[in-house]
Amino acid sequence: MEAGTPEMVRLEDLRVPGQLSGRKHILSIMVENKPGVLARVAGLFSRRGFNIDTLSVGPTDDPSISRITLTLDGAVHPIDQVTKQLHKLVNVLKIRDMEPTETVAREMALFKVSSAVENRAEIIQFAEIFRANVVDVARRTMTIEVSGSADKIEAFERMVRPHGLIEMVRTGEIAIARGSD
Amino acid sequence: MRAADTLMESLKAEGVKDVFGIPGGANLPTYDALFDAEFRHVQVRHEQGGGHAAEGYAKASGRVGVAFATSGPGATNLVTAIADAMMDSVPTVFVTGQVRTELIGTDGFQEADILGATLPFVKHSFQVTDARQIPEYVHEAFHVASTGRPGPVLIDIPQDLSRADIDYVPRTEPVELPGYRPSIEGNIKQIRIAAKALANARRPIFYAGGGVVNGNASEELRELAGSDRFPVTSTLMGLGAYPSSGESWLGMLGMHGTFAANFAMDKADLIVAIGARFDDRITGKLSEFAPHAKVIHIDIDPAEISKNVGAHIPIVGDVKQVLPKLTREYRALQTDSTRLEEWWNSIRGWQREHPLYYEPGKDGEIKPQFMIEAMHRATQGDAIVTSDVGQHQMWAAQYYGFDKPRRWINSGGLGTMGFGLPAAVGAKVACPDEAVVCLGGDGSLIMNVQELATCVTNEIPVKVFLMNNGYMGMVRQWQELFWDRRYSSVEMGASPDWVKLAEAFGATGMRCEDAADLEETMVKALETEGPVLLDVRVAQEENCYPMIPPGQAARDMVEAPRGAVRE
Repeated sequence: MEAGTPEMVRLEDLRVPGQLSGRKHILSIMVENKPGVLARVAGLFSRRGFNIDTLSVGPTDDPSISRITLTLDGAVHPIDQVTKQLHKLVNVLKIRDMEPTETVAREMALFKVSSAVENRAEIIQFAEIFRANVVDVARRTMTIEVSGSADKIEAFERMVRPHGLIEMVRTGEIAIARGSD
Repeated sequence: MRAADTLMESLKAEGVKDVFGIPGGANLPTYDALFDAEFRHVQVRHEQGGGHAAEGYAKASGRVGVAFATSGPGATNLVTAIADAMMDSVPTVFVTGQVRTELIGTDGFQEADILGATLPFVKHSFQVTDARQIPEYVHEAFHVASTGRPGPVLIDIPQDLSRADIDYVPRTEPVELPGYRPSIEGNIKQIRIAAKALANARRPIFYAGGGVVNGNASEELRELAGSDRFPVTSTLMGLGAYPSSGESWLGMLGMHGTFAANFAMDKADLIVAIGARFDDRITGKLSEFAPHAKVIHIDIDPAEISKNVGAHIPIVGDVKQVLPKLTREYRALQTDSTRLEEWWNSIRGWQREHPLYYEPGKDGEIKPQFMIEAMHRATQGDAIVTSDVGQHQMWAAQYYGFDKPRRWINSGGLGTMGFGLPAAVGAKVACPDEAVVCLGGDGSLIMNVQELATCVTNEIPVKVFLMNNGYMGMVRQWQELFWDRRYSSVEMGASPDWVKLAEAFGATGMRCEDAADLEETMVKALETEGPVLLDVRVAQEENCYPMIPPGQAARDMVEAPRGAVRE
């Protein structure tokens, strides 16, 4: 655009970019590994009325930095506003809104299911199909570890629920960008 | 060196000249070190007062305001001031004492998790866990508080750590925080697009906020607005950023703004928001706000862009840097200002037909609006005016007419009653050569009236002009207009006797009940040495107009009834 040509910007052509993406987002947030940082991040979400679907925190290869992975619904929250608010926290170093096609995302879950002798084989079969591991067996229960996408974990849950799901725990997703060639 | 002494050294290195606060158990080491410090400490009477004084100091001077408090209740008393400083982006540093390290988490005497309690209200905060962090955190705190979008920073120091002995090496290099790098410059491509949009606008309006005052960009705003016939309005916090005597000035906008400013926003084709945040008191009903306008939004805080109102041309940067660039780009386009002729005709029409108006008082009755006009005359329009929150605040915003920035100090975002007097203390300490008037309301003033003792003891000659209508007036107005006149707990009655109260504190008390004497009495109050409280008895049930009823749009604005016979 050249200076001196105001006709190049017509008011009627100006648009505000769309706010809601309509899909699930995975945010990867690098934060300083200092006391209270998680409280700052979590507090920001609650006071701004942003709902977190899942959240997981852990160390990175650099001991001074932790990585928070959280998922939220872009149909409800303007992700741009969420990331800008997060950036205002002094302890937040870097935020990545992970691109779904270029991201490997995984979650782990533990399922404790009731397993009488007669359905034990069937449950083990499910576990094999889902490439899950049986990590504990007791007289009336079995505990199975599943990892994969959130969809896969939910599919496994649907399979075992009729057999008597006693307890379930999920880690929330973690994600990493795919390597580039 | 004792850690508490390094606290003083690093504050001194940051250029601190004045501090407000109250000692207590957990900050005894701090106060012991303060005993020998080279800066002034103003001992206030309540920590909230200390906090607001630090705010008033910062707002009047642009320098960082500092307040000290002890642990537990001392610290929690600061919370309102911290929240207030966050809402109005006031550069402040709060230093609280904390219980000894080994007591933290045990519910020790006067223990409160002040860091946790203030997380939602701070720009940043530091919990000292090692005495050697103290000087470092002070410098980081000042850096964060005063740069980018300013705000409050808290440093919490356990008592044992401030007594520890540490090596003190004065800091020489600038503060670097990896997660904190405000954008300052403004994207030049965006600025060029903005200039061209302005050149094509037929009905543009500049909407300036507190960011112009905070960013010391009044001069730059005047330049930009003067590069064509651009009409200018501002928020409550932006008053004084553009002179009210300037010919492009439309008055304040929003709930109690002028008809012309609100209608101009409603009909505008291009709004240039400068350091403003489209607060609900500005927009009214969001879905009907400025339906024809495209928006250029200039702000140093990227999170403000498209938070409430979508920005067509966002520019993130320091207004002081961005505005001159926009002026240059706009001037280079050499546009023809006759295109704005029709727009100004409409605006002048609104101004002519719908000016600010009130029924004059009869038989010596003092109308509150008249009181503000008298105050303007008595101070030659050039006092630093601090205010409490309510009707008197809105009338001052409408009728005082601020020509310079940092002359109007009030609590806009949080709307803290009781802000005015302690803020005046801070403003007077920051600007001892300026006349500082606290415009109080009778509902508000009493909330921090203890600071009169601070004024008397520390010889801070603040003049308090009390607009006394016997009610919490703004709440009464809402009960009258929207709650069927059911006046619930809004009457203040005749208590206290303000003149005697002032005298009890050792200040001068005065009273005025006749409009004919008002200006003269005010001049007398201003000329009287030391702190003065002038109790002005005004019309009791006056309403503040014009008004956009809550949740409605600008075009639903209600004006003052004319010639109505009062019941």
